[in-house]
Amino acid sequence: MSLLEVRDLYVSYGGIEALKGISFDVEEGDIVTLIGANGAGKSTTLNCISGLVRAASGTIRYNGEEIQNMDSQKVVSRGISLVPEGRKVFPNLTVRENLLIGAYLRKDKAEIQEDLRKIYELFPRLEERHWQAAGTLSGGEQQMLAVGRGLMASPHLLMLDEPSLGLAPQLVKDIFSIIVRIQEMGKTVLLIEQNANAALNIANRAYVLSTGEIIKSGAGKELLDDQDVKDAYLGVQA
Amino acid sequence: MSFVTFIQHCLTGVSLGGAYALIAIGYSMVYGILLLINFAHADIFMMAGYFMIFSVSSFPWQISIPIVILGTVVLGVLIEKAAYMPLRSAPRMSIMISAIGVSYLLQNLATYLFSALPQAYPAIPPLKRQIRIGEVSASLVTFLTPVLTIILVFLLIFLLRKTKIGMAMRAVSKDYDTSKLMGIKINSIISLTFVIGSALAAVGSILYFTDRMSVTPFSGVLPGLKCFVAAVLGGIGSVPGAVIGGFLIGLSETFLVALGYSTFSDAFTFLLLILILLFRPTGLMGEDLQDKV
Ligand SMILES: Nc1ncnc2c1ncn2[C@@H]1O[C@H](COP(=O)(O)OP(=O)(O)OP(=O)(O)O)[C@@H](O)[C@H]1O
Ligand SMILES: [Mg+2]
Repeated sequence: MSLLEVRDLYVSYGGIEALKGISFDVEEGDIVTLIGANGAGKSTTLNCISGLVRAASGTIRYNGEEIQNMDSQKVVSRGISLVPEGRKVFPNLTVRENLLIGAYLRKDKAEIQEDLRKIYELFPRLEERHWQAAGTLSGGEQQMLAVGRGLMASPHLLMLDEPSLGLAPQLVKDIFSIIVRIQEMGKTVLLIEQNANAALNIANRAYVLSTGEIIKSGAGKELLDDQDVKDAYLGVQA
Repeated sequence: MSFVTFIQHCLTGVSLGGAYALIAIGYSMVYGILLLINFAHADIFMMAGYFMIFSVSSFPWQISIPIVILGTVVLGVLIEKAAYMPLRSAPRMSIMISAIGVSYLLQNLATYLFSALPQAYPAIPPLKRQIRIGEVSASLVTFLTPVLTIILVFLLIFLLRKTKIGMAMRAVSKDYDTSKLMGIKINSIISLTFVIGSALAAVGSILYFTDRMSVTPFSGVLPGLKCFVAAVLGGIGSVPGAVIGGFLIGLSETFLVALGYSTFSDAFTFLLLILILLFRPTGLMGEDLQDKV
């Protein structure tokens, strides 16, 4: 049994089908990536797992439990945390508060403090600015904060929706090495990336989504060498 | 105007302002979290007046006060659950219209149940006791109102700034979906907002009606409008803003009356509203208005 099993998932927005029966698995401890063009339905998939968007039909199983159309609040309590597309930090809360609110459902005070310390270690920039209102952070800093906040939930499965969007190349590299470190901490990662090359490089498994359907899957490295994937998503490399 | 009368009027104004501030907070907090002008808030305040009248007929005032607060909180939360919650994803105009409907419903219900005739508001003896300081004299409630207001506001600000639940309230007021992703129960946070707003309105009603001695089904209308203006003046959504707005409106109203312009004093409040909306729509303490997605 996989940690997460998505079967025949349909989602539509007012009659327009965004997901047309996708199925995929996420194995415990893996980094799994979904790649695809804009509008393919990647964010919809994660939002549906998180309970923000309702499934029209199909099942999502997490640890054997059906979680499709469960309240977001319950999904988080099961150990799934989403770092949403476009950062979505709370601008009126301080950096520290944004991190603490990530741990909203946790009761283990001492471990929350310990996790806070670890996240400051991962992103020293956040510690320097812990009293600043998150709305005044730079875009890249907000992105780090969003990732840190997702980790503060101490999730078993961390879902990241384009965590490197809008970051400088050096920071993009940092984000990817942090994702690998998150995996090394024993967490499972479901990753969406525009930067397909980098994502496929670190992914144990990858799925290619095109207009609401999965058209290809395989190990990350395998898809890196796939001619169709190269042509469509990796750009021409001289 | 002699110095003593000036001080006397200041005291009256600050006292009236304190009661206004407590009511204005309810408008401001609900707007902050739902982007709704809760027109029914004024009538919740009016109903709190009736709750006191009926409670005192069976219980001593010491027990009646908590009963009134509890009853008002229940009413406020019920209104939210019945009239606003089902419209959570409806356009903003629908929920606004629902609020207007609830407001009329409460006024008509009160007329039907208690008649439109003024009912005497019970005197709470200790609140009515006259106190003299030098040449200034007033009833205890006049001194108590601003002090109690400040204490309650400090407690509220502490809750909002320093506690986990307050942090959740601030988060929900910015972004529902992301708050859900944190595991926050949006509906509980919204209910809590109505609990706080209604409880403060109940305290405000006790302080306000003790000085006015009678309640009618329309007793909420004018103070409600003034407190709404106070909330806008201070910057709707901001608790300190609502408090400052409440005190400013209370003081200006009192001084206009004292200077002989009593017929003009209500109109002044609305003139103020128009001026703020024209020149400083975000209010004194307000942040930039931003639309919630
Ligand atoms: N709230 C919504 N209402 C209506 N249509 C929507 C909504 N959200 C997404 N869609 C549509 O569903 C489709 C899939 O959108 P989705 O956001 O999942 O794409 P994506 O793969 O994440 O794209 P991108 O790479 O640009 O983020 C798109 O055609 C989009 O227009
Ligand atoms: Mg997307």
